[in-house]
Amino acid sequence: MDRALFPDGLERCSFGKFVLWMGFISAFFLFGLYAMLLIFAKGIVVTGLDNYFGFGLWITFDLAVIALGAGAFFTGFLKYILKIDQLKNIINLTVIVGFICYSGAMLVLTMDIGQPIRAWFGYWHPNVHSMLTEVIFCITCYLLVLIIEFVPLVLEQKQLNKIPFLHHLAHNMHVNMALFAGIGTFLSTFHQGSLGGMYGVLQGRPYAFREGFFIWPWTFFLFVLSAVGSGPIFTVLVCTFMEKLTGRKLVDFKTKALMGKIAGTMLTVYVFFKILDTWAWANNYLPSIGMTFDQMFYGNIYGKPLMFTEIILCGLVPAIMLITPSIRNNPAMLYTAGILDCMGVSLNRYLFTVQSIAMPILPFDKWQFYAPNWAEWSTCGMIVAFGFLVMSMTYRYLPVFPQEQGMNK
Amino acid sequence: MSHGATKEFKVTWGMVIDLDKCTGCGACMTACQVENNIAPMVDASNKLRTLSWVLVFELNNGKSGAEAEVAYLPRPCMQCGNPACVPVCPVVATEKNEEGGIVSQIYPRCIGCRYCMAACPYHARYFNWEDPIFPKGMEKALSPSTSARPRGVVEKCNFCHTRFMQAKEKARQEGGKPNELADGAYMPACAEICPTGAISFGDVKNKEHKVFDLAQGKDAFRLLEKLGLNPQVYYVSKREWVRKLGDNYAATGKPGAAKKHS
Repeated sequence: MDRALFPDGLERCSFGKFVLWMGFISAFFLFGLYAMLLIFAKGIVVTGLDNYFGFGLWITFDLAVIALGAGAFFTGFLKYILKIDQLKNIINLTVIVGFICYSGAMLVLTMDIGQPIRAWFGYWHPNVHSMLTEVIFCITCYLLVLIIEFVPLVLEQKQLNKIPFLHHLAHNMHVNMALFAGIGTFLSTFHQGSLGGMYGVLQGRPYAFREGFFIWPWTFFLFVLSAVGSGPIFTVLVCTFMEKLTGRKLVDFKTKALMGKIAGTMLTVYVFFKILDTWAWANNYLPSIGMTFDQMFYGNIYGKPLMFTEIILCGLVPAIMLITPSIRNNPAMLYTAGILDCMGVSLNRYLFTVQSIAMPILPFDKWQFYAPNWAEWSTCGMIVAFGFLVMSMTYRYLPVFPQEQGMNK
Repeated sequence: MSHGATKEFKVTWGMVIDLDKCTGCGACMTACQVENNIAPMVDASNKLRTLSWVLVFELNNGKSGAEAEVAYLPRPCMQCGNPACVPVCPVVATEKNEEGGIVSQIYPRCIGCRYCMAACPYHARYFNWEDPIFPKGMEKALSPSTSARPRGVVEKCNFCHTRFMQAKEKARQEGGKPNELADGAYMPACAEICPTGAISFGDVKNKEHKVFDLAQGKDAFRLLEKLGLNPQVYYVSKREWVRKLGDNYAATGKPGAAKKHS
C-alpha cells in the first residue's frame, strides 16, 4: 500500500503488520500522554516527588537519555570534523537517536517544572551564574542543530527527493553539514558538562559537590567524558536491536566495532578520572566538612554496591572489554560491554540525582526514600514509545542505512 | 573551585535561637503560617509536602532512661551569607542583594524547577504542590501585605520581609533612618510570638542590638558551618551534645562524632 514511499530497492514489512506494530506502541504513548495532560492540568502533585526529592525519575531519565544521545554530536564530530569516513554507515542513526533523546528530554522538562507556562523565562531572565541556564540554552540550541541535521535525511525520502528544490536543498545541507557538526559539538560538549556542573556546584550536597577548574567543577568534565564514552555504543545497541526486530542487516560489524572502540577509548579515560575523583572526594573533601565516605551510603537502595557497580562493573569492566580488540571484535562481547556501559552511565546519573538529595546533611535529619509513581513512569514510557514511533517511521520510509541494500542481497 | 564568597552588607539581619529555652510548642510555625498566608492543606499527612517556612526539629542525645535529653530546634531559612540556592537559580528568581542580607524569593518569576531546593542542605525551601485554598471565612483573616503564591513555585522564609518594609516606612514617617532601625523595630512573626523568648532577632553587626552579643557568645553556633554557607541564623545552647548536632564531626572521630543518621 505504501510501497511507493519505501527507500529505493529496500523491502519492508506489510502495511498491516506495520499498522499493528504502530498501534501497539501508540498504546504506551497514549497512556503517557494521558499522564502528561493530567500533570499539566493538576500540576506535579500527581507525581511521587516531594520537598526532599524535587529531582527524581524525570531528571534521572533526562540526564541518562541526554548522555546516551551523545552519540549524535560525537559521531558527527568524528565523521565531519576528523573525517573518519567509515562512520557514514551509522551517522544517520546517531542523528535520529540524538533527536529522539533530546526532544524527549525537553518534553519531560516542560512537565517537570512547576510553571510550564514560564519555561521561556530561562531565556528572558537568564542567570549567567547558573549551570542550569547554560543547560537550557545549549539543549534547545542543540535540538535545533539536530533538527537541521535530520532535515536532509527526511528530504532524501524517495518521493520528496523527486522535487528538484528539495533535492538540491538536501544536497547543499549535506555539503555544509561540517559546520553544523562543529556547532553541535560545541553546544553539546558544554551542556553535557553543565549537566554535571549542575551537581558539582551544589556545595550543600556533599555527595555531589566537587572542587574543579576555574568555574567548572570536576563533574563538568566527567559528565562530558561519560557521555561520549557511552553515546556511540548506545547507537550500536539501538542498531543491533533494530536488526533483531526487522531481521535485516543494517550496519556492518566493522563499523559497530569502530563505534565500540571510540566509546571504549573515551570510557577508559572517563573511568581513570572518575576513580581519581572519587578517591580525592572521599579522602580530601569529605573529611574537610566532617563527613566520611561511609556516611554517604545507607542500606541497600543507597548502598555502596551501587557505586561500585557503577564504577567497576559498569565502568572499568566495559572499558577494558571495549578497548581490547579480541573482545571488542566478538559481537556478543561487544553488545554485553555496550549494555554494561549504558547501564553504568544511567546509574551514575541516578546516584548524582537521587542519592545526593536523599542523604541527610543535617546531623539530626534522616535518610529519605523516594519511589516514582505511575505518572512519572508512564511519561518516561511515553518518551520511549515516541522514540520507537520515530524510529519505525524513519526506518520504513527514509534511507537511514546506506549499507542496507548491499548487505541484504 | 573554591566556595563562593560571602556577600557583605552594612546591616545583617540575623536570628539567634536559644535551644535551651525552646519548648517545641510550635507557636513560631503557626505565627509564620498566619503572617505569610500559608493556606492549610486539605491532606497534610505527607509531611514532605507541607509548607513549613519554619520547621521545629526534635533532637535527642541518643541516651535512654534518666540520661535521655531532648531539644527542639526551629529551622527558618538561614539567609546564608554565601547561599547555595541563589547562584543555581536559572531565572534569577532568588537573590541576595538587598541591604540586610535577606535572601529573596520572586514568586512571579520562579519557574518551579526546584534546583534551589536540591541545593539547600537545610531543606528550608518549599514547593507549592497545589493552589492555595483558604477555608471559607479565613480570607478575612489573611495578612493584607503578603501575597499568596500560586501552584508550581518555590517559597521560603524571608524573615517576614513585609514587616521589614513596614518598619522602614514607619522610621521614615517618624523622621528616623530606615537603614538604621533600632533594636526591636523590625521583628519577624516567629520571634514576636515565641512564648519563652527563645528567638531573638536583630542586626548581628550592630552592637546596640541584643543579637550582636548573643551571636558571639561561647555557646553560639550555626548549622553546618563547615559547608561554608555562612548562615545568618545562630543557635545557642549550654549543652554540648546539642551544639555538636549542629555540624558533622564523623571524620574527626572526636566526641559526638558517632554516626548520627538513623
